[in-house]
Amino acid sequence: MTTAATPLNQNIYQVRNLVQTYENRRVLEIEALDILAGEVLALVGPSGAGKSTLLRLLNFLEAPTQGRIIYQGSEFNTSGDMSLEKRRSVTTVFQRPMLLERTVYENVAFGLRLRGQRDSKDRIAAALEEVGLANIARQRARTLSGGEAQRVALARAMVLEPDVLLLDEPTANLDPYNVGLIEAIARRLNQNHGTTLVLVTHNVFQAHRLADRVCFLLEGKLIETGPVQEFFDQPRDPRTHAFVNGEMVY
Amino acid sequence: MIAEFNEIVLLSLQVTGIALFFSTLIGIPVGVAMGMARFPGRKLVVALLYTGMGFPPVVVGLFVYLLLSRSGPLGSLGLSWMAQLFTPGAMIIAQTVISFPLVAGFTMAAVMGVDPAVRQQVMALGATSRQAALTILSEARIGVIVSIIAGFGGIISEVGAVMLVGGNIEGRTRVLTTAIVLETRKGNFDLALALGGVLLGITFIANLAMLRLQGKSFDR
Ligand SMILES: Nc1ncnc2c1ncn2[C@@H]1O[C@H](COP(=O)(O)OP(=O)(O)OP(=O)(O)O)[C@@H](O)[C@H]1O
Ligand SMILES: [Mg+2]
Repeated sequence: MTTAATPLNQNIYQVRNLVQTYENRRVLEIEALDILAGEVLALVGPSGAGKSTLLRLLNFLEAPTQGRIIYQGSEFNTSGDMSLEKRRSVTTVFQRPMLLERTVYENVAFGLRLRGQRDSKDRIAAALEEVGLANIARQRARTLSGGEAQRVALARAMVLEPDVLLLDEPTANLDPYNVGLIEAIARRLNQNHGTTLVLVTHNVFQAHRLADRVCFLLEGKLIETGPVQEFFDQPRDPRTHAFVNGEMVY
Repeated sequence: MIAEFNEIVLLSLQVTGIALFFSTLIGIPVGVAMGMARFPGRKLVVALLYTGMGFPPVVVGLFVYLLLSRSGPLGSLGLSWMAQLFTPGAMIIAQTVISFPLVAGFTMAAVMGVDPAVRQQVMALGATSRQAALTILSEARIGVIVSIIAGFGGIISEVGAVMLVGGNIEGRTRVLTTAIVLETRKGNFDLALALGGVLLGITFIANLAMLRLQGKSFDR
């Protein structure tokens, strides 16, 4: 955890008037969104709603076309600048694990190496143990199965002990065993380390299981945000209602 | 006879080795930059690079010859440190120019072959731009090694340019390829064949060594 960690239940992110445009097409337009330190926020919405785009912005991977994100007191805006230290307190597990052409161990060690932390063998070993891959640490990562690969990706993010972990459909296309394992680890990171989680999921049940709050994105706009129970039981917006009841065609 | 033979082999290795060193030193960073960066005019530079990859070595030799000749733009300056025609230095310059586009071009292709999502993931894990570039270079390492092999192959067996700028002077600028030409012309087929065998052997061993460098990543 970095020293600048935001106290629990205060805003770690404040998104303001954020617009992202690709080739003159507005794919994201969020007036205001606050994310609390230590919460699990689920982002749901149909394909193309802008969920991944929002995650890329929350990880400072691209500059917005307009607006800003205040993260731990620092502003990220159209200049695309964010201090390395703050950048390094956020990481993403993408839907595709994107492992490097190295061993499992080296993949998990990768982020720590970038930070110049070489004496972290125990941490890496513990992470591998936690995702149940300690026995194949020396295997080449590109030879793993889909579920194993995604667990390596999660371990690789976990060892960095980020303040914020962004998860972009981390369990899409995985079997129930791997889904359960990844969800359990995510939950533990949140509960034991206070890691703020932003989870993009197509799976309404997963949002239910993990999230404190849910955000519904549609065509780049934030339609509704609410506590998980309320969001699913009494959605205010008819479009949210249609979405959670699986009536939305997409 | 044997001493002379060894001298030829040694000079070939020296000239090609040094030229390859320089072209790799410049070519790999250029290739990585070209493969990763998007800037105006990039297409033109890429086109130039590809042209350079297929450029006839003997024409490069001619240019280097004209540059260095006493009345040429470099030769006329009379710089004492500048390589002179008919010396190994001139041959190194020519071979560097020939192998540079090969190294840079193949490196660029290898880097462009790395999934752009890898860079995004690496940045998300907290890499600086420099660290990201190095990681992508490492992901592209097989292709980068191929680029060095291509650069090496392009100059160790090259004869036209070294003949022009080196002059095939006995004991000074005679290398394997120019010696083979000469001995064949003189009808010394045994010697020519022996030199050819050595040239083949060197190429083979160098390729083998570089393949080994690739390690296990090759047998995916
Ligand atoms: N780099 C890009 N260039 C052009 N258009 C893009 C780019 N990235 C995303 N888009 C477009 O932006 C829109 C939002 O994409 P995004 O990936 O954020 O959606 P998503 O909600 O994550 O969808 P999914 O659930 O299918 O992953 C899409 O229409 C997509 O085509
Ligand atoms: Mg997406």
